[in-house]
Amino acid sequence: MESFLGRYRNLIILVGVLFLQVLGLAVQVKTGANEDKDTRLIRMWALGAITPFERALVWVQNSTGNVWHNYFYLRGVRAENRQLKEQIEQMRVEQVRFTEDAAQARRLQTLLAFKEQFISKTVAAQVIGTSGSDLSRIVTLDKGENAGIRRDMAVITADGIVGKVLLVSPNLAQVLLISDQSSGVGAILDKSRLQGVLRGTANGEVALERVMSDEQVQPGETVLTSGGDQIFPKGLPVGTVTRVGKGKDLFLSINIKPAANLSRLEEVLVLTEKQERESVADDHVRVRAADILAQRLPSVPDKPATVGTPTGVAQGASESSVGANTATKPAGAPGTNAAGSVKSASGNSPAKSTTVPVQPGKTAAQTSVAQKPKPVNKPSTEPKPDGAQDPPATQPSIVEQKPAPVPAQPDTPPPAQDNSPQ
Amino acid sequence: MALIVQAYVPKYFPSFAVYVDLPLLVTIFFAMARRNPVAGLFTGAIIGLVQDMLGSREIGIYGIAKTVVGYGASSLGVKLDVENAGARLLVTLGFYLVHSAVYFTVARGLVNSTQHWSWAHGVLAGLVNAFLGVILYFVLDRFKQRT
Repeated sequence: MESFLGRYRNLIILVGVLFLQVLGLAVQVKTGANEDKDTRLIRMWALGAITPFERALVWVQNSTGNVWHNYFYLRGVRAENRQLKEQIEQMRVEQVRFTEDAAQARRLQTLLAFKEQFISKTVAAQVIGTSGSDLSRIVTLDKGENAGIRRDMAVITADGIVGKVLLVSPNLAQVLLISDQSSGVGAILDKSRLQGVLRGTANGEVALERVMSDEQVQPGETVLTSGGDQIFPKGLPVGTVTRVGKGKDLFLSINIKPAANLSRLEEVLVLTEKQERESVADDHVRVRAADILAQRLPSVPDKPATVGTPTGVAQGASESSVGANTATKPAGAPGTNAAGSVKSASGNSPAKSTTVPVQPGKTAAQTSVAQKPKPVNKPSTEPKPDGAQDPPATQPSIVEQKPAPVPAQPDTPPPAQDNSPQ
Repeated sequence: MALIVQAYVPKYFPSFAVYVDLPLLVTIFFAMARRNPVAGLFTGAIIGLVQDMLGSREIGIYGIAKTVVGYGASSLGVKLDVENAGARLLVTLGFYLVHSAVYFTVARGLVNSTQHWSWAHGVLAGLVNAFLGVILYFVLDRFKQRT
């Protein structure tokens, strides 16, 4: 050893001096993907030096696990297979139900013109290492730029959110966990809809900040992402409230148990692409809000048709009353009936209007549209007194019609009452 | 002194900085004179780092290049006779090209600089430095003999 050092002393010193100068350069030089050059070269080199060993260890661990599971641990595989098949069948049934619910939710959201962020592309990556320090909660993934991962992309698991991408190199990436003190995630409480900011604490726990102390928050309440940080899509599970206490200033101190197990991360998903678009209903036919509401309202079956239609009865009654009124109208008083108590939307002689009965369960507009307009007036065949005029043809009126008051006449029978159904 | 001149003269003659590298000539001279590789590399490292500090680029590019030149020049000085003018001319030309190559490699590889390599410029500047170096070494030899 000493002879080696002695023989190559000058070369060793040269290499040492060059190495120190290269290190100095690496501390100064910043690099990164595209325009995002704020990662020091020396950090990338350190990661590049450590991660091959981490990859090798993970590979050995996985290989050993595979050998055990595939060749030795075969007990109960058939029974497990059967159980899993049954579970799959159950999940398929549930999926159909969920699909229906989701379609309904999307239709309703379309009505309110909500925008949604959809996760359209993800990359699965394996966790191969950590920062090795309590002060910074970081994990290293075995995929990087070449797989489409970029800085500030969201990282999730099937259970919930994990963190965001902090640093990327061609073949690996570092993820800042939500339990790190420097992380910040926009969050919202599921029931109370209170918004806050999720931060890590010094001892690795997760806390929800910026919730006013006069708000009511219960332990066990679910926390979701609010989408306000523009990194995580809205609605992803974050965790559950474990403890609520009084915090600093006017805010509550809320501890959260993360939904994802941050200390046992093996595989994660990196959201490489999100699309923000308005939710569109699946149906080809545009569904109106009124139709959806009408479907939900209790419906009353239509009444069976009785003898004579309601409009025919009304028309007959009105005609008979018109005939009676005309016959008994004194000369010079043609407007008596018109000045009666009956209102008409069209402004025509109300006694001559046709009443359109409103069917139960429907609005007057629907009823009037459904009803075919019938001719209102028939020319009277009885001789008219002087001054009397034929009323003009009118449109069917939707308005309720009251019987016109008939003046009492001597030596005349009382006129028939208008019993038109309303 | 060489650094001061290298920093001052381009104020009046801008092309001086493009074609002449006085600190390099001084490095080669002292490395060859000392004939100690360790001393030569440290001389080059110090001169190069100071030259970097005078600029706006990252510190260490000239340092690495001149460290390599200092080590090489002193190693060569141990093995060869570099007292005559012809040898000095060739040595200076060669080490100028080596210095340029190392600088270019470090600048492109580590610092991601958009440096371009030009053989014509390298050879021309090398010849200028070689001729200037021969004259400078002659003057410095005089100072060395007096001390």
